[in-house]
Parts: sequence; structure tokens; C-alpha cells
Amino acid sequence: MSELTLTVMRLGFLAVLWLFVIVAVQVIRSDLFGTRVTQRGSRRESGRPQQAARQAAPPPQRQQASGGRQRRNAPTKLVVTEGTLTGTTVALQGQTITLGRAHDSTIVLDDDYASSRHARIYPDRDGQWIVEDLGSTNGTYLDRTRLTTPTPIAPGAPIRIGKTVIELRK
Amino acid sequence: MSSPTNTSTHHTSTIGSIGAPSRRNTELALLVFAVLIPVFAYANVGLAIDDEVPAGLLSYGLGLGLLAGVGHLVVRKFAPYADPLLLPLATLLNGLGLVAIWRLDQSALLRGIGVAGGKATNQLIYTALGIALFSVVLIFLKDHRVLQRYTYISMVGALVLLLLPLVPGLGADITYGAKIWIQVGSFTIQPGEFAKIVLAVFFAGYLMVKRDALALASRRFMGLYLPRGRDLGPIIVVWMISILILVFETDLGTSLLFFGMFVIMLYVATERTSWIVFGLLMSAVGAVGVASFEPHVQTRVQAWLDPMREYTLSRTPNGDGMVHSEQAMQALWAFGSGGTLGTGWGQGHSELIRFAANSDFILATFGEELGLAGIMAILLIYGLIVERGVRTALAARDPFGKLLAIGLSGAFALQVFVVAGGVMGLIPLTGMTMPFLAYGGSSVIANWALIGILIRISDTARRPAPAPAPNPDAEMTQVVRPS
Repeated sequence: MSELTLTVMRLGFLAVLWLFVIVAVQVIRSDLFGTRVTQRGSRRESGRPQQAARQAAPPPQRQQASGGRQRRNAPTKLVVTEGTLTGTTVALQGQTITLGRAHDSTIVLDDDYASSRHARIYPDRDGQWIVEDLGSTNGTYLDRTRLTTPTPIAPGAPIRIGKTVIELRK
Repeated sequence: MSSPTNTSTHHTSTIGSIGAPSRRNTELALLVFAVLIPVFAYANVGLAIDDEVPAGLLSYGLGLGLLAGVGHLVVRKFAPYADPLLLPLATLLNGLGLVAIWRLDQSALLRGIGVAGGKATNQLIYTALGIALFSVVLIFLKDHRVLQRYTYISMVGALVLLLLPLVPGLGADITYGAKIWIQVGSFTIQPGEFAKIVLAVFFAGYLMVKRDALALASRRFMGLYLPRGRDLGPIIVVWMISILILVFETDLGTSLLFFGMFVIMLYVATERTSWIVFGLLMSAVGAVGVASFEPHVQTRVQAWLDPMREYTLSRTPNGDGMVHSEQAMQALWAFGSGGTLGTGWGQGHSELIRFAANSDFILATFGEELGLAGIMAILLIYGLIVERGVRTALAARDPFGKLLAIGLSGAFALQVFVVAGGVMGLIPLTGMTMPFLAYGGSSVIANWALIGILIRISDTARRPAPAPAPNPDAEMTQVVRPS
């Protein structure tokens, strides 16, 4: 085999190896630029949720594609107003929020009156946020009434779980 | 049989409709690329050594392609949202390792001393076993949180695995180097490779429960959070075990790997820099302390400090009763003669390293034949695997999965560092092997299982959240109106 062929193969192999590395890094780029949390602010200003949803199309990993469902007056965050977690806020991005003492809950309640999977809060198809009691022992209260079925949450209505009170706010 | 299958397909398609791309086709494209590169290298070796395309090219390419295809189909079926890069990266490294082992098989010198010859076929069989274990992990481990139940069983399992090489009659009686092998029939197994995974499960389960106590109960002193005395217990126990490994198995690599993995996971679990400071201090004290009286470790340290002197001593019989290693210097020469662009596949002389040329020192072959450019690419590929592992940990939604992913990728990174650092003369040589590249069944099989677990965690992490359960009142209840 001639010297020239071997040299070409040697350099060609290195080029191909590096090409693979570069292609792999290109694939990773979607992780860096695909999840755009800041988009949400501009989306509300522009008031054109469908278009904004398309811009944020590359995989927002953990959240459902919620863009189209966002309402103009929809609450944007969940705030804990009473209890040991007072002041905690969770951004509402179309994901289901679970509450309870279980380690994998979105909001882990440190409360003897809470069950391990106590309640969850999720958006329905119209973007209305719903609270559902998951068969807890001591119940979930919206305002003063104990929940028996999944119930839409009015903005500012307090949801009480044991000693913890949470609200949805804009 | 048909009804469960239907249910699961239905279930998957429901989730898929929410819209996160699964990226399985990206994975397939990369996988094809990752199989073609080693095939190119294989042809290159044959052309350089024998002036002809090797006869085994087709069967080798088909074998590797088949294994990669099986891996891909299993991922597609059982972990559809998994990270698209882990499988192709591991396949590429494994394929390149196979080529380098086959290239060393061609050397008459190595065949003469029994180090090479038919090793590539063996390695292909080990790879098949590795892919089989990878598939078993993905098929039977539906949810990585199941492993959390086995926290303390894992601890016992890992200790047993670590201590096996010391059991008389079971530990392989290899006079040189570290005592990290066991002999079962005609096979030698390195239980430490498997202990790495089991131990990560234990650390993750343990730290998940105890991290609050370890993170919060502390005093501030000189900008560092000092943990309470009694909270130091676990780190001291792990430190003592790794020191015991160092003393009785005389293996710096294994010892460093386990202690380092624990410190990394402790840091991630508690977010306290002080644990890193403590970890570094304790490993430095331990290593220096043991090196002061253990002759085997001393030899390794001497070969690291002055490889040329060791090389000269190994060539001249001087009767001081010490085993001198010529390999450290030879590996450095191999890297040196490779230069920036290397000598090209099959045109180096890394067979001169003789013993362990295709296992511990395989990186020297890459360094000589691919040069700095090739070594950098290979180290970057390892770096990408670690990055995907860390990324998986970031995306994971449960603390156990986060810690497990960090532990596994941390162990992987440490192993690459310990081996590459040893071969390149940055730290003393150890008896560990380069994951996926080096010849050896235990290493290949255990690392495929490790990739399998990472893929399982990343599938759970990247899977879009399931839609809220349909309201039973809305769908099940029908209003009957008299018409």
C-alpha cells in the first residue's frame, strides 16, 4: 500500500472521528437552546400564544406543550401562604403539581395532617387549573368546602391542606 | 400475550401525542455513523499491515452493527424517550476498542508471549454479553426507583464484591500488580467493576435519606461549613474501607474510585463544599500514609516519579528483589512517537509494551497510532458520555435518580481519569481498565450495564409528564334525558 494512500487514510480517519464528535455536540445543542423559560414573558405581552408555542417547539422537556392553552388571565404561579413552607412559589407551566409528604411530590409537605399523596393541581384542556384530592385522610379544602371531585380553582381562592395554605396568583 | 402488548402500545402513543420528540431517529443515524467509523479503522489496519482489506471486515462490521441494532431496538421499545447520545457514544468506543485489540492480535511479538491472538473475537463475545445485560436492564428495570428498595442489600453486595478477591482460593493468584481479580474456572473476573454500580445504588439510597442531616447541621468556620462530629461517621467508614482496599488489594485505582464517587455524591446531595475539602484531605492523608509502608504502592509511585530510572532498573538485573516496571516509560514513548497526528492505524509499535498492551495500556496504542488529535477526540467522547450522565441527573425529577445518575457518571469519569492519568504519567499507574476500549469481559459487561441504567433514568427524566387522568365524572357518567 502506497505511502500516500496510508497518509490519506490516517488523516481521513481523524477527520471522521472529529466529525462524529462535532455531530454529537450538535445534537446536544437542543438541550441548551430548546428549553426557553424566558419565552413565557414575551408570550403574554404579544398575546399570540399559538405563535409563541411554535417558537418554543424544540423539546421543553418536562412540561407539556402548554402554549396554546395559556389564557390571558391565567395564574402564573402557585404561592404557599401559610404553613412551614410559607413563601414558596412554583411557576405554573402547564405541568401537574403534586402535593404530599412523598419525596417525589412537587411540593413536599412536612405536615402530620398531610397524606403522602395528598392532592394535585393540573390544567385541563382549556388551561383552567383544577385541584383534585387524591384520597387523602384529612381532606383538601378549597375556601371552606372539602373537595370531593376535581374542582376548578378561582384566582386567589385558598387551598388548605393540613396546616398549609396555597393560592394561585397571576 | 396480545392484550398487554396492545395496552402498552396504546399507553405510549397517548404520551407521545403530547409532543416531546423522542429523538430515536437521531440516535439511529448516530449509531450508523458510530458503526461505520470502526469499520473504516478495521479496513485501515488491514491495509496498513497486510496490504489488503481484511477478510473478516464484513463479519466484523455485521457483528458490531447487529449488536448496535439490538441495543437500538431495545431502547426504542423500552426506553423511547432516552437520551439519544449515550448508546452511539458507547458503541463507538467499544468498536474502536475492538479494532485496537484486533490490531494488537496481528502482532507476532504479542502472540508469541500469549498476550494477543484471538482476543478480538473474545472481546466481541464480551460485547455481545454486555449488550445482553444492557437489554436485560432496560427490559426488566421498568423504573429505576425500584433500586431504592435495595439500598442496604446493595451495601452488603458491594462489600462482598469488593472483598471477594481477598478470599483465599478465590482470588486469582497473580503475583504482579493489584489483587483485584477472582478466578472462577478458567475465567478471571474483576468484581470491582460491578461493585462500582452496586455501590452507586447504595450511596444514592443512603444519601437521599440522610442528606438533610448532613447538609443542615453544621457550623460555619473560615468560610466553610464544618459538619458535626457525629455526621462525619459515614465518610470515615467509606474512607476506612477504601484504605483497606488500598492496603490489602494494593490497588490505588479502585480505592480512589470508590472514595471519589462517595465524595462527589455527598457534595451533590448536600451542596456543601466542605465535603470536597474533607475528601481531598482524607484521600491525600490515606494515600501518603499507605504509600509509606506498602512496597507495591511504593514501586508504583517510584515508577511514576522517575519512569526512566525504573525502565533502566528493569533492564539491568540488580537483585534488589523488587519488580520494576518498564511499562510506564514505554507508554510515554508510545505517546511521544505518535506526535500530533499519529503514525496511522497499524503502523505504530505499541506491541513493544508487551504485557497488558491490549488492556491497561490500550490508550498508549491509540496515542501512538492516532496521535494527540485522536486521543483528544477519544477523551472528548468519554467527556460527552459523562456530560450526558450529568445532564440526566439535572433532568431527573426524583432525588434518588439524580444521585444515582451523578454517582454512575462520576464513577465513569473517575475511572477514565485514573486510567488515562496513569498511562500518561499524571498519577501513579493503577490496575484499572479504560471503559469500553480495553480488553476484558468484566469491564465491558459492567459498563454496558452502567449505560443501561443511565438510559433508563434519562428515559424517565425526559418522558413528558402524563396527562391528568380523565375526570371520571365527565366521561363515565352519562346523562339520560327522556326524549
